[in-house]
Amino acid sequence: MVERQTAFSRIIPHAVLLTGVAIVAFPVYLAVIGSTHETAVIANGQMPLTPGREAFDTYYRTIFTGGSRTTREPVGTMLLNSFTMAMLIALGKIAISILSAYAVVYFRFPFRRAAFWMIFVTLMLPVEVRIYPTYKVAADLGLLDSMAGLTLPLIASATATLLFRQFFMTIPDELVEASKIDGAGPFRFFFDTLLPLSRTNMAALFVILFIYGWNQYLWPLLITTRDDMQTIVIGIKKMIVTSDALTEWQVVMATAVLAMLPPVAVVVLMQKLFVRGLVETEK
Amino acid sequence: MEKRAVFGNRVLPYGLLAPQIAVTLIFFYWPAAQAVQHSFLVQDAFGLSTEFVWFENYKQLFSDPSYYRTLATTVIFSTAVTAVSLSVALLLAAMADREIKGATGYRTLLIWPYAVAPAVAGVLWIFMLDPSLGMISRAMRPLGIDWNPRLNGNHAMTQVVLASAWKQISYNFLFFLAGLQAIPKSVIEAAAIDGARRWRRFWTIILPLLSPTTFFLVIVNIVYAFFDTFGTIDTMTGGGPAKATETLVYKVYADGRLGGDLGGSAAQSVILMFIVISLTAVQFRFVERKVTY
Repeated sequence: MVERQTAFSRIIPHAVLLTGVAIVAFPVYLAVIGSTHETAVIANGQMPLTPGREAFDTYYRTIFTGGSRTTREPVGTMLLNSFTMAMLIALGKIAISILSAYAVVYFRFPFRRAAFWMIFVTLMLPVEVRIYPTYKVAADLGLLDSMAGLTLPLIASATATLLFRQFFMTIPDELVEASKIDGAGPFRFFFDTLLPLSRTNMAALFVILFIYGWNQYLWPLLITTRDDMQTIVIGIKKMIVTSDALTEWQVVMATAVLAMLPPVAVVVLMQKLFVRGLVETEK
Repeated sequence: MEKRAVFGNRVLPYGLLAPQIAVTLIFFYWPAAQAVQHSFLVQDAFGLSTEFVWFENYKQLFSDPSYYRTLATTVIFSTAVTAVSLSVALLLAAMADREIKGATGYRTLLIWPYAVAPAVAGVLWIFMLDPSLGMISRAMRPLGIDWNPRLNGNHAMTQVVLASAWKQISYNFLFFLAGLQAIPKSVIEAAAIDGARRWRRFWTIILPLLSPTTFFLVIVNIVYAFFDTFGTIDTMTGGGPAKATETLVYKVYADGRLGGDLGGSAAQSVILMFIVISLTAVQFRFVERKVTY
């Protein structure tokens, strides 16, 4: 930067950063290695730092068949459940919040402010603080053990609405005026102008919300009791048996790897959108 | 700010708002109202009748030493998580901000743990720290450390803090890096010309200019430690041993699962709501005013 850089001062940042990367990656590396060894090797505490030979067998068994000692669902089913849940939450949130933001920004009607504040306040009520009352409502509505029960309570959020509202505010008024002169009604304007303009925002939001949905833990834990409704993040916990000897660690680690893969891939492959989404949703 | 050009339709906006308002009313306001209502009620042992008891449930909660213990655990836990993950992230971000080659590469390598579920993060760290088979516990044995998070509350706390902080590093790194890059280079150069060395520049110029980012991240991390770490705690310790890792959110869950004290559980939820609301309010005040130091 300002000073002349010596070879030493040039190396320090790299050394620190590489150490940081190593620390961050190590737990995941161990999980990958763990998923390629036999149970006995891991249970003895003799696991080496290099991959073993059981990878194919373990992953095949994990995904397609249940565990040999426990009566669990194959992880394939859990992956499908997680994927469905994450997609429904992400797309559902985007759909209902773009509509409500559209109403709040482009229409004048009684109770507009009230409606906006009503949505805004929910920013302050994460599921975790109102679990049992929400559980009771879901139970009363007969939503236990259903995809609707899993996703609906998580779909409403102020964050997405605020984001779209913010974005709509930056769209010049001339665009609406022009479409009105062209004879476009609110529907035409929404589909032909607003939606195409919002594409990047929707994509950025989707990345964040997909991860949010995929990683849900507490709510699915309460709302699902049937094994075939389990998501992978819940399923993994149930594989760890309290006594070490019974836990098939290689299957647990394979499941952990499979549980990480989709959201991590989304972050790495869509890094630009991810960073944008993260920064925008925190505004 | 208001739009000048708007549509005149009278019914349509209500239709557009309907889905969100419906979900919000059913799954936010209704349960929140019920929590508040139940927190003022006491149910008899058979659940047959309820009695309105004013603040009795709250009084009971605040005269219960175990509630204070959980409160203390939560404060220690969230302070530790925030301190560890913020300092590691700041160090890494400061290094990446020096004009080095490959800064974006490092960013890619550091941000992905954000996507790991808290519960899965717990499982990964258990695998390393399990007293009998964990690789790190084995490495600690020759050093004379009798690592046993299943019996030792401090060890259990250490492991949930490590796993929770690990997951949060990426988020903090990203925001610190953005904050650092927004500091005008000319300010730093001017200080350098005045003879301030690297360390001095960091403490007297960069850190104060970074304070809005830091403040924002402190709030976000506290909220994270309070509410989002449930999965980590549940997979790693289940709140144990002897409730050494039981945070407020975990207590609501654990007490509620045992059933019974509906009013007490509701009172706990209401207190949690107050905590979130005040944290959010603090954050918003700050965002609005855009304060620097």
